[in-house]
Amino acid sequence: MAFKHEVLEKNSLLLTLGILIVVSIGGLVEIAPLFYLSSTIEKVEGMRPYTPLELTGRNVYVREGCYLCHSQMIRPLRDEAERYGHYSLAAESMYDHPFQWGSKRTGPDLARVGAKYSDAWHLAHLNDPRAVVPESVMPPYKFLNDNILDGRTIMAELKTNRIVGVPYSDAQIEAAKADLATQVDEYADDYDGFMARYPGANVRDFDGNPEHLTEMDALIAYLQMLGTLVDFSTYEADAEENLR
Amino acid sequence: MSNSTARKGMGLDVLTLGVFLSILALVSLFLTAKTHDPLMKVHAVILLGAFVLGIAALFMRAASGLSFDQSKYEEGIIKAGIVATTFWGIVGFLVGVIIASQLAFPNLLYFENIGWLNFGRLRPVHTSAVIFAFGGNALMVTSFYVVQRTNHARLAGGVWPWFVFWGYQLFIVLAATGYVSGVTQSKEYAEPEWYIDLWLTIVWVSYLLVFLGTLWKRKIKHIYVANWFYLSFIVTVAMLHIINNISIPIGLTEHKSYSLFSGVQDAMTQWWYGHNAVGFFLTAGFLGIMYYFVPKRAERPVYSYRLSIVHFWSLIFIYIWAGPHHLHYTALPMWAQTLGMTFSIILWMPSWGGMINGLMTLSGAWDKLRTDPVMRMLVVSVAFYGMSTFEGPVMSIRAVNSLSHYTDWTIGHVHSGALGWVAYVSFGALYCMVPWVWKRARLYSNDLVEWHFWISTIGIVFYITSRWVSGIKQGLMWRA
Repeated sequence: MAFKHEVLEKNSLLLTLGILIVVSIGGLVEIAPLFYLSSTIEKVEGMRPYTPLELTGRNVYVREGCYLCHSQMIRPLRDEAERYGHYSLAAESMYDHPFQWGSKRTGPDLARVGAKYSDAWHLAHLNDPRAVVPESVMPPYKFLNDNILDGRTIMAELKTNRIVGVPYSDAQIEAAKADLATQVDEYADDYDGFMARYPGANVRDFDGNPEHLTEMDALIAYLQMLGTLVDFSTYEADAEENLR
Repeated sequence: MSNSTARKGMGLDVLTLGVFLSILALVSLFLTAKTHDPLMKVHAVILLGAFVLGIAALFMRAASGLSFDQSKYEEGIIKAGIVATTFWGIVGFLVGVIIASQLAFPNLLYFENIGWLNFGRLRPVHTSAVIFAFGGNALMVTSFYVVQRTNHARLAGGVWPWFVFWGYQLFIVLAATGYVSGVTQSKEYAEPEWYIDLWLTIVWVSYLLVFLGTLWKRKIKHIYVANWFYLSFIVTVAMLHIINNISIPIGLTEHKSYSLFSGVQDAMTQWWYGHNAVGFFLTAGFLGIMYYFVPKRAERPVYSYRLSIVHFWSLIFIYIWAGPHHLHYTALPMWAQTLGMTFSIILWMPSWGGMINGLMTLSGAWDKLRTDPVMRMLVVSVAFYGMSTFEGPVMSIRAVNSLSHYTDWTIGHVHSGALGWVAYVSFGALYCMVPWVWKRARLYSNDLVEWHFWISTIGIVFYITSRWVSGIKQGLMWRA
């Protein structure tokens, strides 16, 4: 035997180096190509970065650990397609830092929950889940009504998202704080400007309380847009470039 | 102690740690003063308090003029580690019972006006407390014990091992208080935010240096197999932790950050991390425990030296590939899913190789199973390890996974590993070490160990079987 294991057993640095090499290979092969293979993420129409209000709602979703009971990843299986809709595309979470695909479904998948229920249903459900779904085991989120948004960090949030790769424009970052309020008011002065910055965004008072802009507004705005961006009329699942 | 005069008053270890803690105290003072983020403020105050306490403890130590006796093993830290492991174990299991009860009785701890005790905030407290606080302390204390005994050397670094110990407890406190108050990046098993991750990185690198430093001082030529496993656990966890947690904070005085990766790349990186938290934190490290405590307790040498070598290198090489089996049928490209599945199935072999090496070590000492409940605990842990590492590859098969994924079956699988393997081998090691370091002839009561063994064995079996039933039922009913 040319190589003796003894060598590694007698030299802690060689042993450490050996370990590092051996444990690096798998990750390099599996992760690195995902960043440069263009087939990893499908080409779709309709994806846009989150509005400031939606992003704030998403941060509430992240903060509360919703992913521990709700997935955001519809698998290409018949029962899931019938229950939740078209299977999730990689493109649909390309602006998600971090991803929230989840690993457990104590509650239903939420990848396409947008526009399925009314705002009033979401409000009643988040205030007291068992008021509308008697068999639910979800905890209450009534306190979100009391958390008023001051937009203190929203510009920094958008800027940071741009650093990590979300294509926010200068105009979007400039208007971030104002856009928080614009999205809950159809009669806002800058309505047209907002719709130009975020095509197709929902604009209305989400939590039924026009007095205040709250985390409840933000969370419902986020839930109501989930899975609604991609234009599936122009997406061909069987096209060569979309097969992976 | 050739150099006792230099040690009098202040050694180099005390000096470096003192300077380091002073800098950290200044940074946290700055944070406390500057931040407009209330959650960051709380954590900055906790950090400041911890660093001031640390500096005070160092001063008292320097003033007392005590020096470390290099001819003896460091035992104080072993005792502290045993207490910490037990304490966090109780906390972790208790929170587990609470959140399980919340799923059965959703109006338990129902506070509609505050979110602190909601399931979504408590669940990471349970998982982190069990994996990182209980498991992490068990690994740290046993590794400090084993590395000294198998190398005939006192822990390196003087007061630095204590920095590692208390720094790690501080990490746990920051993580847990963060989760309940809403400081989380919601990446499973990697929830702590950027500044807590940075703190853990500092502690972890110090841990690696203390471990390696002790190996450098060794008086035994060969590094014993248990240390290979500990070393691979420390090195690989550092790599996983750093890469998976790369993120950009929205400001240096803000708690919130955004992960550098997004969507599919973030998912792959996260489960590369997540599955190897299992592979290296919950497996390689605990195999280090097995390779020391099973032969020691059985008073028999390890069954096969050659098998240890094959076990070690094949296990660490193959484990790292297994992550994508958490992402079957997702938007992760098929080639990556298939690679993950294939390596997960191959992984069955090194896992069972290790199990066989552990079990066969009892050759000629099987009678101890009747007379020594601690030995039985160690052996049953290895048996659960075998069960769990067979179930894992089965669940990683795409067809099985399409049923089992998203269901309670996964939760059952995790617990057969975490309770049956990780907790049992830790309990076994604790029961070994307590009389050894406190210099007692035997444990207080072997009957209580018997009770512990049987109550928890029955409990684990009930847990696993009930999760099979509910998980498979969930999967089938979703398809119906």
